[in-house]
Amino acid sequence: MSRAAALAAAVAAAAALAGLVRPAAAVQPDEMLADPVLEARARAISKGLRCLVCRNESIDESNAPLARDLRLLVRERLVAGDSDEAAVDYIVERFGEFVLLRPTAGGANIMLWIAGPLMLLAGGAVGLAYLRRRAAAAEPAAALSPEEQRRLDEILRS
Amino acid sequence: MLVEFGHFALVLALAVAILQGVVPFVGAARGRAGWMALAAPAATALFLLVAFAFAALVHAFVASDFSLAVVVDNSHTAKPLIYKLSGVWGNHEGSMLLWVLILSLFGAAAAWFGGRLPAALRARVLAVQAWIAATFLAFILLTSNPFARLAFPPMDGRDLNPLLQDPGLALHPPFLYLGYVGLSMAFSFAVAALIEGRVDAAWGRWVRPWTLAAWMFLTVGIALGSWWAYYELGWGGFWFWDPVENASLMPWLFATALLHSAIVVEKREALKAWTILLAIMAFGFSLLGTFIVRSGLLTSVHAFASDPARGIFILAILAVFIGGALTLFAARAGAMQARGVFAPVSREAALVANNLLLAVACLVVFVGTLWPLAAELFFGRKLTVGPPFFDLAFTPFMVAVAAILPPGALLAWKRGDLSRAMAPLAGVLALSLAAGALVWAVGTGRSALGPVGVTLGLWVILGAAADLGQRTGREGLRRRLARLRRLPRADWGRAVAHAGFGVSLLAIAAVTAWSDEDIRVAREGESFAFAGHDITLVAVRRVEGPNYVSAMAEMEVARHGRHVVTLYPERRNYPAAGMPTTEAGIDYGLLRDIYLVLGDPQEGGGWAVRSHVKPLASWLWAGCLMMAAGGLLNLTDRRFRIAAGARRGAAAPLPAA
Repeated sequence: MSRAAALAAAVAAAAALAGLVRPAAAVQPDEMLADPVLEARARAISKGLRCLVCRNESIDESNAPLARDLRLLVRERLVAGDSDEAAVDYIVERFGEFVLLRPTAGGANIMLWIAGPLMLLAGGAVGLAYLRRRAAAAEPAAALSPEEQRRLDEILRS
Repeated sequence: MLVEFGHFALVLALAVAILQGVVPFVGAARGRAGWMALAAPAATALFLLVAFAFAALVHAFVASDFSLAVVVDNSHTAKPLIYKLSGVWGNHEGSMLLWVLILSLFGAAAAWFGGRLPAALRARVLAVQAWIAATFLAFILLTSNPFARLAFPPMDGRDLNPLLQDPGLALHPPFLYLGYVGLSMAFSFAVAALIEGRVDAAWGRWVRPWTLAAWMFLTVGIALGSWWAYYELGWGGFWFWDPVENASLMPWLFATALLHSAIVVEKREALKAWTILLAIMAFGFSLLGTFIVRSGLLTSVHAFASDPARGIFILAILAVFIGGALTLFAARAGAMQARGVFAPVSREAALVANNLLLAVACLVVFVGTLWPLAAELFFGRKLTVGPPFFDLAFTPFMVAVAAILPPGALLAWKRGDLSRAMAPLAGVLALSLAAGALVWAVGTGRSALGPVGVTLGLWVILGAAADLGQRTGREGLRRRLARLRRLPRADWGRAVAHAGFGVSLLAIAAVTAWSDEDIRVAREGESFAFAGHDITLVAVRRVEGPNYVSAMAEMEVARHGRHVVTLYPERRNYPAAGMPTTEAGIDYGLLRDIYLVLGDPQEGGGWAVRSHVKPLASWLWAGCLMMAAGGLLNLTDRRFRIAAGARRGAAAPLPAA
């Protein structure tokens, strides 16, 4: 490899690296739509979409270039006249349900959504049964261990 | 040399831990006092050995000993001393060593202050502590040796992740670990009680201070982490439902439930089996948290220390300890006979409801955190469970907890009367509802979150005040004030902690519902109006820090023409780590925070600038601190101190009736 080519490769690598770790503050001023209503809708949608290359960040929060592309895509769809649902569907069609921060309730996911209420019902039933039992139970006589009985006798004798 | 001594101390510590795990345990089973007596000095020795190893590692970091692999990967000569120190636990190996250090500290503390415990119980508790210490020491020595040397030491280190170079995060792991590991005491007490087949009021009283201490540290640790995320990540968010955050929240929820159920054991000798189960689960979820963080199984913002091989080792530890404890529980739980009798409307019943809600809330977080993994393994679906799910699925439980808290705290033990408990709360309820309605009327067209949050927050805060007031009797104001001062610290602790919960609720609702945001390009010298303030970007300068270069903006905030504050948001670049960070400029205020972030320089000139106003943001962490302070007040209550002194004189300690 010639020296010039090596240098070019190094510069390209550096540029790529710089792109990856670019410090930017999430939504950029130049991305924002002039229409505040559309922009507000875009922000709301962005908060529910995951940045695919990030760890658990929405595209609204993320600094990654890909998140920026997705933000622009959402805005493009809205400007084109899509409803919120249509814009989200458009993204999900292309990137899969992985982008949805709020999982759908379809298929096996129904278990995720009803887990909480079901556990509360089950736990509530057990809890109620326990309360009933405690209310009905007779207070048992305090049972002492042999060690304590011995100690009690000692105290009583002295 | 010191490094080798440190390594050797760790090996010795493992030997001592095994000894401490076996001899006193067998001694307790056979009733041999001498064998049991080994536990206390062994616990002290274990602590000293681990402390020595830790000190050796700290020395290596402070002296920038680049012959150590961990130091090279996580330190740099130009780094300020405090971050050289925090670098010790800002990495996998060092943080595991800190984990074991704290574990052995708790064990030693139990040996030092546990003189009033029955000898057999103490020996068993310390033995179980030693088993945990032994497995984690083996884990460190076999998979994550912090003392690994490099054959060819480099001239300088690679620096600590710049996000971690921050005072808040320097303290976050130690507090969190004090909490996680502190719960091991509750676990050891639970296992020891299961082996003895006996849980009584005395057991409840012994286990409560340890749980309380662990819970306080966990509360502060979580609050520190959340505060760090707030000011450092530059999004102005405070909780992201990240798997690692969830990993710390789950033990906290179980520990909170445990604190409350242990009261029932102590005062009423009921809920015994449940309390034991909670103690096992609380520590189990601490281990799970350690596993999640250390394995990187669920990748997240915190996965800087991920390694699947280590993850499997921790999973094995988790399986053995929790599986073993649960098996023991299944075999012995039947022997835990409840004695207290109580009506379905009583303080006990309210605490059962509290426990049910907290436990299910915790399981919801658990299911949500692990669902992506399950969906991929069993259904072949790659999906995300993000904040919108948790907000929806978790919040109702906290609303319910807050709703039942004030009357629950006022109900009588054994048999309560709901209308009598509600009587002192009538004014509180009316006031909270009125405030909520007012907020609802003013904030048109916004979500219900604000009004509901304000109502609940005030309900809990004022309810805590009513709880205190109720305990001062019905006489004249002066008598009542005098009595208020003499109330037991446990009463004060409860009220302060509950009020803290209310304050945090109020703040979360306010920040979430009423934050304002503005994003724009500003040129130097340009002013803009935002949320009743005038903000001027005066200048952006280049500043050199000890190990970074920074673009620092000077921004003036004025209100009605009067200067409020000058803030200096930054964008730093750490060349050694090759990583940029944002440092928000924050004016912490009583009623609102002003939060300014400097973005990219723009092509046409000027800088991207983001401004936020966050109402009541500081209250969020103040509320957490109040909860912890309430725990501290409770911990210093007379009954823990006096009971300790009274029993010390007795030859054979008797459990309190």
